[in-house]
Amino acid sequence: MRYEMNFEALLPYWQDFLSGALVTLQITVLSVAIGLVIGVLCAVARRSRYAVMRTLVGIYVEAVRNTPFIVQIFFIFFGLSSIGIRMPIITAAVFAMVINVGAYTAEIVRAGMDSIHPSQIEAAEALGLSRFQIYRDIILLPAIERVYPALTSQFILMMLSTSIASQISADELTGVANNIQSNTFRSIETYIVIAALYIAITYLMRGAFHAIALVAFPRRRRLGTSL
Amino acid sequence: MTGGFTTNHLIYLLYGLWWTVVLSALAFALGGVAGFIVMLGRISRRRWLRRLTLVYVQIIQGTPLLIQMFIIYFGLGVVGIDVSAILAAGLGMMIYSSAYLGEIWRGSVESINRTQVEAAECLALSRWQALIDVILPQAMRIATPPTVGFMVQLVKNTSLASVVGFLELTRSAQVINNTLFQPFLVFGIAAFLYFCVCYPLSVWSRSLERKLNVGRR
Repeated sequence: MRYEMNFEALLPYWQDFLSGALVTLQITVLSVAIGLVIGVLCAVARRSRYAVMRTLVGIYVEAVRNTPFIVQIFFIFFGLSSIGIRMPIITAAVFAMVINVGAYTAEIVRAGMDSIHPSQIEAAEALGLSRFQIYRDIILLPAIERVYPALTSQFILMMLSTSIASQISADELTGVANNIQSNTFRSIETYIVIAALYIAITYLMRGAFHAIALVAFPRRRRLGTSL
Repeated sequence: MTGGFTTNHLIYLLYGLWWTVVLSALAFALGGVAGFIVMLGRISRRRWLRRLTLVYVQIIQGTPLLIQMFIIYFGLGVVGIDVSAILAAGLGMMIYSSAYLGEIWRGSVESINRTQVEAAECLALSRWQALIDVILPQAMRIATPPTVGFMVQLVKNTSLASVVGFLELTRSAQVINNTLFQPFLVFGIAAFLYFCVCYPLSVWSRSLERKLNVGRR
């Protein structure tokens, strides 16, 4: 059977595609921003003196990292609505994303912190820096700089994972595609366009993260080495 | 409430888990073969081949697995191939894992010292011999921990096969939840079952990393 590709049928929907892409970007930026904060806090907690804190954060990180995102999103979305907490779909999606990003970020940032040589911290203590200063300037910032590439790819993977929010009928890019293809019966064409849009967003994010790195880590650019 | 969670429900979930494991194994086996070819393409001497493989990898890594599944599921359908859910899911997972495994293995191969390649050339080994006898045995040590780590991703991502109607663990949890309306319990158990498969792999990957001591050379 020959199949004629027909992308023209999708033209009237260009605004829908665009708004879907926008929603995807918004969800991503919001959940990555909050998730980064939670991740850093968890990473600090995982190195804390108190075993209880270490264990609790450890359980959170391992539980999230070893279960699928789609199950997490179902658990949260259907679970909360079953006990009477109704929230907008996008809020639920962001909520699930934040929990997910937080765990991955925590693990990546912790790896970065562990790679800071103890002598660096001793040197900082010898200079009389406060504990807070040591954490911020000697441990955290260099750690993030070191794991920046890993963080970036994790965040891009997270952006791709927003597609799963379509399964609780969020109107992000994939959700929009599901609607369009059921209206036009042009399913492959729709999903090919969507795939291209995701690739575009991927490159957009890579560019943005590169720009952020140029501003945030000027030292590395100047030296031309990765610390 | 329309009834309680019974042993039958648990058996149904375990049945889903079985198909999750089968699909994961299938994806790893097929994706491994395809991934090896992707790796060969990425390190090829022919520039056009390197470029072509890179484009392939960028496309797969730049789009969500969900979309890949949809394209295969609907795509094969319209060209007249009757797609069963396991074919669509298996093919989708294979393509997805080929790109990631290919990149993991390329990184491992390229991390082997250039002098090793040169030494092999001095011994008049062909490029293929050098790869099989000199490079790969060393690269395998480096590649094992991230490969096992990727298997966790693979198992988790089989959950997306539920959207093309493949009855694996997530799908069976959905089916049960549609009748019971106890999402915390049902998806909680499903998550726990995934955890039981994935966590040992995570631990194994980490211990391999320590044992093979790759990062600290």
